[in-house]
Amino acid sequence: MNLSAIPRDLLVVSALLILVPLIVPNWILFVMTKSLFMFICVSGVAFMLRGGLLTFGHALFYATGAYTVGFMVKWFGVQELLIVLPLGALTGFIMAALVGLVMARYREVFFAMLNLAFSMILFGALLKFYRVTGGTDGLPTGTPTLLGIEIESDSLSYYYFSLVIVAIVAYVIHRFMASPNGFYLRALHDNEIRIEYSGVSVRQVIYRTYILAGTLGGVSGVLAAFTIGHIVPEDAFWIQSGEFVFVALLGGFGGLAGPLMGSFAFEFMQTYASKYFPLAWQMMMGIVMLLIILFQPGGLWSIYHQILDYFKGDKRGSDDV
Amino acid sequence: MSLITIIVFDALSYGATLFLLSIGLTVVFGVLRILNISHGGIYALGAYMGTWLALLVLGEKFSPWMTYPALLLGALFIGITVGPIIERVFLRRIYNADMHIQLLLTFSILLILDDAMKLIWGMEPLFVSEPYSLLGSFSVVGILYPWYDFVLVGVSIIFGSLLIWVVRGTSYGKLVVSVINDREVSTAIGINVNLIYTVAFTAGALAAALGGALIAPKIAVVPQFALEVVVLAFAVIAIGGMGSLEGAALGAMIVSFARAIAIHLAPEFDLVAIYLIMILVLAFRPQGLFGEIVVRKI
Repeated sequence: MNLSAIPRDLLVVSALLILVPLIVPNWILFVMTKSLFMFICVSGVAFMLRGGLLTFGHALFYATGAYTVGFMVKWFGVQELLIVLPLGALTGFIMAALVGLVMARYREVFFAMLNLAFSMILFGALLKFYRVTGGTDGLPTGTPTLLGIEIESDSLSYYYFSLVIVAIVAYVIHRFMASPNGFYLRALHDNEIRIEYSGVSVRQVIYRTYILAGTLGGVSGVLAAFTIGHIVPEDAFWIQSGEFVFVALLGGFGGLAGPLMGSFAFEFMQTYASKYFPLAWQMMMGIVMLLIILFQPGGLWSIYHQILDYFKGDKRGSDDV
Repeated sequence: MSLITIIVFDALSYGATLFLLSIGLTVVFGVLRILNISHGGIYALGAYMGTWLALLVLGEKFSPWMTYPALLLGALFIGITVGPIIERVFLRRIYNADMHIQLLLTFSILLILDDAMKLIWGMEPLFVSEPYSLLGSFSVVGILYPWYDFVLVGVSIIFGSLLIWVVRGTSYGKLVVSVINDREVSTAIGINVNLIYTVAFTAGALAAALGGALIAPKIAVVPQFALEVVVLAFAVIAIGGMGSLEGAALGAMIVSFARAIAIHLAPEFDLVAIYLIMILVLAFRPQGLFGEIVVRKI
């Protein structure tokens, strides 16, 4: 492999992600870990948005992954990341493969709302079948183990484990977007009928995209459950899904860098907001979202590009990816 | 037999509140083609404002009967202030934007409204019981039913018929239908489309605020109320057909019967049942029961 073929931005970001945790205090490390699993889920929401598919129900897969952890710990006492994580990906995959059968037929508002309905079914079930799910009390997850060794969720080793998963996820998404399916997904938003003219089933494009996004949701849920240490039905509530969409919009959903920036910005925003304005966190989120929609639809990523262009004296404007 | 009566009465009173909740949402979607997620926020604002005014009236030692005008006044105030502000300031900018931009904009307004209510009225539930208890109750198969519930049913029927009459029976309604069918042609023949959008959105907001104020005496208004009701309203209008007035009524009835049956026979399923029905309906009739089929445009 030729090293100079690797984009410079990627090297810089990887170096930051690997080195910064070594010098920051523990609480920042914890926020960074949270940003990583947020990124995994949001990247799925983001590439769906790229195809014009907005979902207000992605928490369905997130909660599926999280409750996979809950049940594995509760019923089998299994806390091994190398078992639970693939299992969470699998449950997310199965859930998406089932729900996707219905979902691939819908677009726009109906797509958004049917997703919402499915996630609310899970929310209702988690809330009401409290003998199994613990109801509003939720389920504890305990400390995860990696190859039998316990690792605390605010430790460096857990962070690096998450980072490895993020790297794998980023590579998978990169390959997916470079595949024919990825190109059709980008075209989906512009002209669906032309895709069909070229002999491709739009439903299959959406179905595959949906399954990948759902699997990522499951993976993210597993990491989230262990990081936070406790899972509640609100993980499946539609406001959780709304947060994912918010992060995608905040960072910009052009490529992978947008969701990554968005996740970090979101988690730090949330940490400070819950410290200084505990009652107005949603309001802050709403105001930021309003400002982005009205003035900067490309999100933080496009702001970054505008700054770069400004210093280069380049007026061509930003382009995505 | 008595169980059936109980289910029917429960469903009727709950259906009325659902109808009041979702009728405004369907009006706004019908005319503006925007699914207004902030609807739940306006509903909750109406509930808070009405309850707060009613408590104020009671605090000043007025007759408890004065709580009714207080509730209505609160709703009216919210409807005619918040409605035009949201439409003129925010929605106007995004009529030509992508669907996800429109949804996210109204979602952000919902988040702002929800926290604004927490900041204004605090985290404690707000509750006024006088309007509910004043009307007394009657008994059916040995169970007491408050008259207030049936005032709600009456109000819903009157409100729904009024809206249908305005849209179908007046010249103003004809203008609205024209705008729904083709915005550009309507502008060309001299209809003030912007005004119609503002009025339609305000009507939707007014309906939401009124629904909220009327339901408030039955329940305690709590923070996060806005976030819970808005998904219910989606389910109702998705089942009935988005943009259809009859659809909202039928959707409200279906949802309330499903919920009442679930509560009395299998209490764990009350939330699940509502959304299962929504999925079933959409799986077979994606446009909803009364919705129009949208032809794909090339």
